[in-house]
Amino acid sequence: MEPILPEKVQELVNRFAGDEIYLHLETTNGAYASHFDEKFFSAGAYIRNAKLTYEHGKIVGDGPYRVGLKLEIGWVYAEGLTHYGFDEDGHLLMAGHDFDGKLAVALQMGTTPFK
Amino acid sequence: MKTMEVEQERHVLVILPHPDDEAFGVSGTIAIHTKRETPVTYACLTLGEMGRNLGNPPFATRESLPDIRKAELKKAVEAIKIQDLRMMGLRDKTLEFEDDQKMMNMMTDLINELDPSLVITFYPGYSVHPDHEATARAVVRAVRAMDEEKRPKLHCVAFANNTAEEIGAADIRYDIRHVYDQKMEAMKAHISQTIWMLKELESGVAQEGSELQDRFNYEHFWTYTFDENDKVTEIK
Repeated sequence: MEPILPEKVQELVNRFAGDEIYLHLETTNGAYASHFDEKFFSAGAYIRNAKLTYEHGKIVGDGPYRVGLKLEIGWVYAEGLTHYGFDEDGHLLMAGHDFDGKLAVALQMGTTPFK
Repeated sequence: MKTMEVEQERHVLVILPHPDDEAFGVSGTIAIHTKRETPVTYACLTLGEMGRNLGNPPFATRESLPDIRKAELKKAVEAIKIQDLRMMGLRDKTLEFEDDQKMMNMMTDLINELDPSLVITFYPGYSVHPDHEATARAVVRAVRAMDEEKRPKLHCVAFANNTAEEIGAADIRYDIRHVYDQKMEAMKAHISQTIWMLKELESGVAQEGSELQDRFNYEHFWTYTFDENDKVTEIK
Protein backbone atom coordinates (compact mmCIF):
# COMPACT_ATOMS: atom_id res chain seq x y z
CA MET A 1 0.00 0.00 0.00
CA GLU A 2 1.15 3.54 -0.81
CA PRO A 3 -0.03 6.86 0.55
CA ILE A 4 -2.97 8.01 -1.58
CA LEU A 5 -2.19 10.18 -4.57
CA PRO A 6 -5.63 11.68 -5.24
CA GLU A 7 -5.12 12.16 -8.99
CA LYS A 8 -3.99 8.57 -9.37
CA VAL A 9 -6.84 7.17 -7.27
CA GLN A 10 -9.38 9.29 -9.17
CA GLU A 11 -8.13 7.75 -12.38
CA LEU A 12 -8.45 4.25 -10.92
CA VAL A 13 -11.95 4.91 -9.61
CA ASN A 14 -12.96 6.20 -13.05
CA ARG A 15 -11.74 2.98 -14.56
CA PHE A 16 -14.35 0.84 -12.77
CA ALA A 17 -17.28 3.22 -13.38
CA GLY A 18 -20.08 1.54 -15.32
CA ASP A 19 -18.70 -1.96 -14.74
CA GLU A 20 -20.33 -4.58 -12.58
CA ILE A 21 -17.99 -4.74 -9.61
CA TYR A 22 -17.55 -6.63 -6.35
CA LEU A 23 -17.19 -4.32 -3.40
CA HIS A 24 -15.71 -4.68 0.08
CA LEU A 25 -16.53 -1.94 2.58
CA GLU A 26 -15.67 -2.03 6.24
CA THR A 27 -15.36 0.31 9.16
CA THR A 28 -14.18 -0.86 12.52
CA ASN A 29 -12.84 0.32 15.83
CA GLY A 30 -11.84 -3.21 16.77
CA ALA A 31 -13.58 -5.86 18.84
CA TYR A 32 -11.76 -4.81 22.00
CA ALA A 33 -12.55 -1.07 21.99
CA SER A 34 -15.23 -1.33 24.68
CA HIS A 35 -13.12 -3.79 26.68
CA PHE A 36 -10.23 -1.37 27.04
CA ASP A 37 -12.50 1.64 27.48
CA GLU A 38 -15.93 0.78 28.83
CA LYS A 39 -17.22 4.22 27.90
CA PHE A 40 -16.33 3.67 24.26
CA PHE A 41 -19.29 3.05 21.99
CA SER A 42 -18.15 0.38 19.59
CA ALA A 43 -19.59 0.44 16.08
CA GLY A 44 -18.67 -0.83 12.66
CA ALA A 45 -20.07 -2.15 9.41
CA TYR A 46 -18.91 -4.75 6.94
CA ILE A 47 -19.93 -5.74 3.42
CA ARG A 48 -17.94 -8.28 1.43
CA ASN A 49 -18.56 -9.01 -2.21
CA ALA A 50 -21.53 -6.73 -2.72
CA LYS A 51 -22.20 -6.74 -6.45
CA LEU A 52 -23.00 -3.33 -7.83
CA THR A 53 -22.41 -0.79 -10.54
CA TYR A 54 -21.64 2.89 -10.00
CA GLU A 55 -22.15 5.72 -12.43
CA HIS A 56 -19.23 7.74 -11.24
CA GLY A 57 -16.89 7.95 -8.28
CA LYS A 58 -15.00 10.79 -6.71
CA ILE A 59 -12.12 11.27 -4.29
CA VAL A 60 -12.31 14.40 -2.15
CA GLY A 61 -10.31 15.97 0.68
CA ASP A 62 -6.76 16.91 1.58
CA GLY A 63 -5.93 13.63 3.27
CA PRO A 64 -7.20 11.55 4.90
CA TYR A 65 -9.48 11.31 1.86
CA ARG A 66 -13.10 10.48 1.21
CA VAL A 67 -14.27 8.38 -1.73
CA GLY A 68 -17.92 8.34 -2.83
CA LEU A 69 -19.56 6.22 -5.51
CA LYS A 70 -22.86 7.29 -7.04
CA LEU A 71 -25.09 4.33 -7.86
CA GLU A 72 -28.13 4.43 -10.10
CA ILE A 73 -30.39 4.60 -7.06
CA GLY A 74 -28.01 5.05 -4.14
CA TRP A 75 -24.57 5.75 -2.75
CA VAL A 76 -21.49 4.15 -1.27
CA TYR A 77 -18.85 6.18 0.51
CA ALA A 78 -15.93 5.83 2.87
CA GLU A 79 -14.12 8.41 4.97
CA GLY A 80 -10.62 8.40 6.45
CA LEU A 81 -8.76 6.78 3.55
CA THR A 82 -4.98 7.13 3.64
CA HIS A 83 -3.48 4.37 1.49
CA TYR A 84 -4.14 2.57 -1.77
CA GLY A 85 -2.79 -0.43 -3.63
CA PHE A 86 -3.78 -3.65 -5.38
CA ASP A 87 -4.05 -7.27 -4.36
CA GLU A 88 -2.77 -10.16 -6.46
CA ASP A 89 -6.09 -10.36 -8.32
CA GLY A 90 -5.93 -6.73 -9.38
CA HIS A 91 -8.58 -5.46 -7.00
CA LEU A 92 -8.23 -1.79 -6.10
CA LEU A 93 -7.67 -1.53 -2.34
CA MET A 94 -8.14 1.70 -0.41
CA ALA A 95 -7.74 1.83 3.33
CA GLY A 96 -7.50 4.22 6.22
CA HIS A 97 -4.72 3.41 8.66
CA ASP A 98 -4.80 5.30 11.95
CA PHE A 99 -1.82 6.80 13.78
CA ASP A 100 -1.06 3.46 15.48
CA GLY A 101 -1.05 1.61 12.16
CA LYS A 102 -4.44 0.03 12.71
CA LEU A 103 -6.92 -0.27 9.89
CA ALA A 104 -9.98 1.87 10.55
CA VAL A 105 -11.76 1.75 7.20
CA ALA A 106 -11.41 -0.14 3.92
CA LEU A 107 -13.03 0.34 0.53
CA GLN A 108 -12.05 -2.20 -2.11
CA MET A 109 -13.36 -3.10 -5.54
CA GLY A 110 -12.73 -5.25 -8.56
CA THR A 111 -14.40 -7.08 -11.40
CA THR A 112 -13.94 -10.50 -9.74
CA PRO A 113 -15.13 -11.61 -6.28
CA PHE A 114 -12.87 -11.28 -3.25
CA LYS A 115 -11.73 -14.61 -1.80
CA MET B 1 -3.16 -17.99 44.72
CA LYS B 2 -1.34 -21.29 44.69
CA THR B 3 -0.39 -23.00 41.48
CA MET B 4 -1.12 -26.61 40.67
CA GLU B 5 0.38 -29.39 38.62
CA VAL B 6 -0.88 -29.87 35.08
CA GLU B 7 -2.69 -33.19 35.02
CA GLN B 8 -1.65 -35.93 32.64
CA GLU B 9 -4.13 -36.08 29.75
CA ARG B 10 -4.98 -38.64 27.09
CA HIS B 11 -5.53 -36.04 24.37
CA VAL B 12 -5.95 -32.27 24.58
CA LEU B 13 -8.25 -30.48 22.13
CA VAL B 14 -7.80 -26.71 21.93
CA ILE B 15 -10.57 -24.83 20.12
CA LEU B 16 -10.03 -21.11 19.54
CA PRO B 17 -11.11 -18.75 16.76
CA HIS B 18 -8.02 -16.68 15.94
CA PRO B 19 -4.37 -17.34 15.19
CA ASP B 20 -2.65 -15.83 18.29
CA ASP B 21 -5.47 -16.69 20.73
CA GLU B 22 -3.46 -19.79 21.62
CA ALA B 23 -0.28 -17.79 22.18
CA PHE B 24 -1.75 -15.30 24.63
CA GLY B 25 -3.68 -17.50 26.99
CA VAL B 26 -2.78 -21.13 26.50
CA SER B 27 0.64 -21.64 24.88
CA GLY B 28 2.49 -22.38 28.12
CA THR B 29 -0.03 -25.02 29.11
CA ILE B 30 0.09 -26.55 25.63
CA ALA B 31 3.89 -26.64 25.76
CA ILE B 32 3.71 -28.55 29.06
CA HIS B 33 1.41 -31.15 27.47
CA THR B 34 3.48 -31.53 24.31
CA LYS B 35 6.68 -31.85 26.36
CA ARG B 36 5.11 -34.98 27.84
CA GLU B 37 4.21 -36.10 24.33
CA THR B 38 0.52 -35.87 25.09
CA PRO B 39 -1.25 -35.44 21.75
CA VAL B 40 -2.59 -31.91 21.32
CA THR B 41 -4.95 -30.90 18.52
CA TYR B 42 -5.49 -27.20 17.87
CA ALA B 43 -8.62 -26.33 15.90
CA CYS B 44 -8.20 -22.72 14.84
CA LEU B 45 -11.49 -21.58 13.38
CA THR B 46 -10.46 -18.54 11.30
CA LEU B 47 -7.33 -16.95 9.89
CA GLY B 48 -7.84 -13.67 11.69
CA GLU B 49 -8.72 -12.02 8.40
CA MET B 50 -10.07 -8.93 10.15
CA GLY B 51 -6.93 -8.09 12.11
CA ARG B 52 -6.45 -4.33 12.29
CA ASN B 53 -2.72 -4.13 12.84
CA LEU B 54 -1.60 -3.57 9.28
CA GLY B 55 0.98 -0.91 10.04
CA ASN B 56 1.46 2.69 8.99
CA PRO B 57 3.20 2.55 6.61
CA PRO B 58 1.26 -0.65 5.95
CA PHE B 59 3.10 -3.99 5.79
CA ALA B 60 -0.07 -5.85 4.77
CA THR B 61 -3.49 -5.30 3.24
CA ARG B 62 -6.91 -6.63 4.15
CA GLU B 63 -6.41 -9.18 1.34
CA SER B 64 -2.84 -10.26 2.12
CA LEU B 65 -3.31 -10.55 5.89
CA PRO B 66 -4.82 -14.09 5.94
CA ASP B 67 -1.73 -15.60 4.28
CA ILE B 68 0.57 -13.75 6.65
CA ARG B 69 -1.38 -14.92 9.65
CA LYS B 70 -1.54 -18.48 8.38
CA ALA B 71 2.26 -18.54 8.17
CA GLU B 72 2.51 -17.03 11.66
CA LEU B 73 0.11 -19.63 13.02
CA LYS B 74 2.20 -22.47 11.62
CA LYS B 75 5.31 -20.98 13.20
CA ALA B 76 3.62 -20.57 16.58
CA VAL B 77 2.32 -24.12 16.49
CA GLU B 78 5.86 -25.32 15.84
CA ALA B 79 7.17 -23.32 18.78
CA ILE B 80 4.88 -25.14 21.19
CA LYS B 81 5.22 -28.45 19.34
CA ILE B 82 1.60 -29.00 18.37
CA GLN B 83 1.54 -31.86 15.87
CA ASP B 84 -2.07 -31.56 14.77
CA LEU B 85 -3.21 -28.13 13.58
CA ARG B 86 -6.66 -27.89 12.01
CA MET B 87 -7.55 -24.71 10.17
CA MET B 88 -11.32 -24.80 10.10
CA GLY B 89 -11.89 -22.27 7.32
CA LEU B 90 -14.40 -19.94 8.94
CA ARG B 91 -14.08 -16.19 8.62
CA ASP B 92 -12.96 -13.78 11.31
CA LYS B 93 -15.74 -11.80 12.99
CA THR B 94 -18.53 -13.84 11.41
CA LEU B 95 -18.79 -16.75 13.86
CA GLU B 96 -21.72 -15.40 15.86
CA PHE B 97 -23.68 -15.09 12.62
CA GLU B 98 -22.96 -18.64 11.48
CA ASP B 99 -25.64 -21.27 11.85
CA ASP B 100 -25.43 -22.29 15.53
CA GLN B 101 -26.17 -25.93 14.79
CA LYS B 102 -23.39 -26.04 12.22
CA MET B 103 -20.99 -24.53 14.75
CA MET B 104 -21.99 -27.05 17.40
CA ASN B 105 -21.72 -29.95 14.95
CA MET B 106 -18.19 -28.86 14.05
CA MET B 107 -17.23 -29.18 17.71
CA THR B 108 -19.09 -32.47 18.15
CA ASP B 109 -17.29 -33.93 15.14
CA LEU B 110 -13.89 -32.91 16.52
CA ILE B 111 -14.66 -34.39 19.94
CA ASN B 112 -16.03 -37.62 18.46
CA GLU B 113 -13.01 -38.03 16.24
CA LEU B 114 -10.33 -37.23 18.83
CA ASP B 115 -11.90 -38.40 22.10
CA PRO B 116 -10.05 -35.76 24.14
CA SER B 117 -9.82 -35.99 27.92
CA LEU B 118 -9.53 -32.19 28.07
CA VAL B 119 -10.99 -29.44 25.87
CA ILE B 120 -9.66 -25.90 26.16
CA THR B 121 -11.64 -22.93 24.83
CA PHE B 122 -12.97 -19.55 25.97
CA TYR B 123 -15.45 -19.07 28.80
CA PRO B 124 -18.86 -18.12 27.40
CA GLY B 125 -20.02 -14.72 28.60
CA TYR B 126 -16.56 -13.62 29.77
CA SER B 127 -14.32 -13.67 26.71
CA VAL B 128 -15.01 -10.23 25.17
CA HIS B 129 -14.64 -10.83 21.42
CA PRO B 130 -17.83 -12.00 19.65
CA ASP B 131 -15.88 -14.81 17.94
CA HIS B 132 -14.57 -16.01 21.31
CA GLU B 133 -18.12 -16.04 22.63
CA ALA B 134 -19.53 -17.88 19.63
CA THR B 135 -16.75 -20.48 19.83
CA ALA B 136 -17.32 -20.96 23.55
CA ARG B 137 -21.08 -21.39 23.13
CA ALA B 138 -20.61 -23.99 20.40
CA VAL B 139 -18.09 -25.98 22.46
CA VAL B 140 -20.27 -25.86 25.59
CA ARG B 141 -23.29 -27.06 23.61
CA ALA B 142 -21.32 -29.91 22.06
CA VAL B 143 -19.92 -31.10 25.40
CA ARG B 144 -23.24 -30.65 27.19
CA ALA B 145 -24.98 -32.88 24.65
CA MET B 146 -22.67 -35.79 25.53
CA ASP B 147 -23.43 -38.43 28.16
CA GLU B 148 -22.24 -37.01 31.43
CA GLU B 149 -19.68 -39.76 32.08
CA LYS B 150 -18.19 -39.38 28.61
CA ARG B 151 -17.69 -35.60 28.76
CA PRO B 152 -14.11 -34.35 28.60
CA LYS B 153 -13.03 -31.76 31.16
CA LEU B 154 -13.65 -28.25 29.89
CA HIS B 155 -11.11 -25.58 30.82
CA CYS B 156 -12.00 -22.05 29.75
CA VAL B 157 -10.10 -18.79 29.37
CA ALA B 158 -11.90 -15.69 30.65
CA PHE B 159 -10.71 -12.10 30.62
CA ALA B 160 -13.74 -9.82 30.56
CA ASN B 161 -13.49 -6.94 33.01
CA ASN B 162 -16.38 -8.32 35.10
CA THR B 163 -15.04 -11.89 35.30
CA ALA B 164 -13.78 -11.97 38.90
CA GLU B 165 -16.82 -10.10 40.13
CA GLU B 166 -19.29 -12.51 38.54
CA ILE B 167 -17.69 -15.95 38.34
CA GLY B 168 -14.82 -15.52 40.77
CA ALA B 169 -11.13 -16.20 40.35
CA ALA B 170 -9.82 -18.96 38.11
CA ASP B 171 -9.84 -22.33 39.84
CA ILE B 172 -6.76 -23.38 37.86
CA ARG B 173 -3.44 -21.58 37.94
CA TYR B 174 -0.37 -23.08 36.28
CA ASP B 175 3.18 -21.92 36.74
CA ILE B 176 4.55 -21.90 33.19
CA ARG B 177 7.92 -20.27 33.84
CA HIS B 178 9.80 -23.41 32.79
CA VAL B 179 8.24 -23.13 29.31
CA TYR B 180 8.33 -19.32 29.20
CA ASP B 181 10.74 -19.33 26.25
CA GLN B 182 8.33 -21.42 24.21
CA LYS B 183 5.46 -19.12 25.08
CA MET B 184 7.54 -16.12 24.03
CA GLU B 185 8.46 -17.87 20.81
CA ALA B 186 4.76 -18.45 20.10
CA MET B 187 4.03 -14.79 20.88
CA LYS B 188 6.83 -13.67 18.59
CA ALA B 189 5.60 -15.95 15.81
CA HIS B 190 2.46 -13.80 15.66
CA ILE B 191 4.58 -10.71 15.23
CA SER B 192 2.06 -8.86 13.03
CA GLN B 193 -0.36 -8.92 15.97
CA THR B 194 1.93 -8.86 18.97
CA ILE B 195 4.71 -6.42 18.19
CA TRP B 196 3.12 -3.63 20.24
CA MET B 197 2.55 -5.83 23.23
CA LEU B 198 5.99 -7.41 23.05
CA LYS B 199 7.59 -4.00 23.22
CA GLU B 200 5.57 -3.25 26.32
CA LEU B 201 6.39 -6.66 27.71
CA GLU B 202 10.14 -6.29 27.41
CA SER B 203 10.03 -3.51 29.93
CA GLY B 204 7.13 -4.98 31.91
CA VAL B 205 8.32 -8.50 32.63
CA ALA B 206 11.38 -7.20 34.38
CA GLN B 207 9.12 -5.49 36.88
CA GLU B 208 8.64 -7.96 39.67
CA GLY B 209 5.00 -8.48 40.57
CA SER B 210 3.59 -6.48 37.66
CA GLU B 211 0.31 -7.60 36.14
CA LEU B 212 2.03 -8.15 32.82
CA GLN B 213 4.65 -10.35 34.42
CA ASP B 214 1.95 -12.45 36.00
CA ARG B 215 0.19 -12.85 32.67
CA PHE B 216 3.26 -14.36 31.09
CA ASN B 217 4.45 -16.50 33.97
CA TYR B 218 1.14 -18.08 34.89
CA GLU B 219 -1.87 -19.30 32.95
CA HIS B 220 -5.37 -19.42 34.34
CA PHE B 221 -8.45 -21.44 33.53
CA TRP B 222 -11.97 -21.66 34.81
CA THR B 223 -13.37 -25.19 34.85
CA TYR B 224 -16.75 -25.14 33.16
CA THR B 225 -19.47 -26.95 35.07
CA PHE B 226 -22.85 -28.06 33.76
CA ASP B 227 -24.91 -26.84 36.68
CA GLU B 228 -26.52 -23.52 37.60
CA ASN B 229 -23.34 -21.79 36.36
CA ASP B 230 -24.02 -23.00 32.83
CA LYS B 231 -25.73 -20.02 31.19
CA VAL B 232 -25.42 -21.08 27.56
CA THR B 233 -28.89 -21.36 26.04
CA GLU B 234 -30.11 -24.19 23.85
CA ILE B 235 -30.15 -23.51 20.12
CA LYS B 236 -33.52 -22.11 19.13
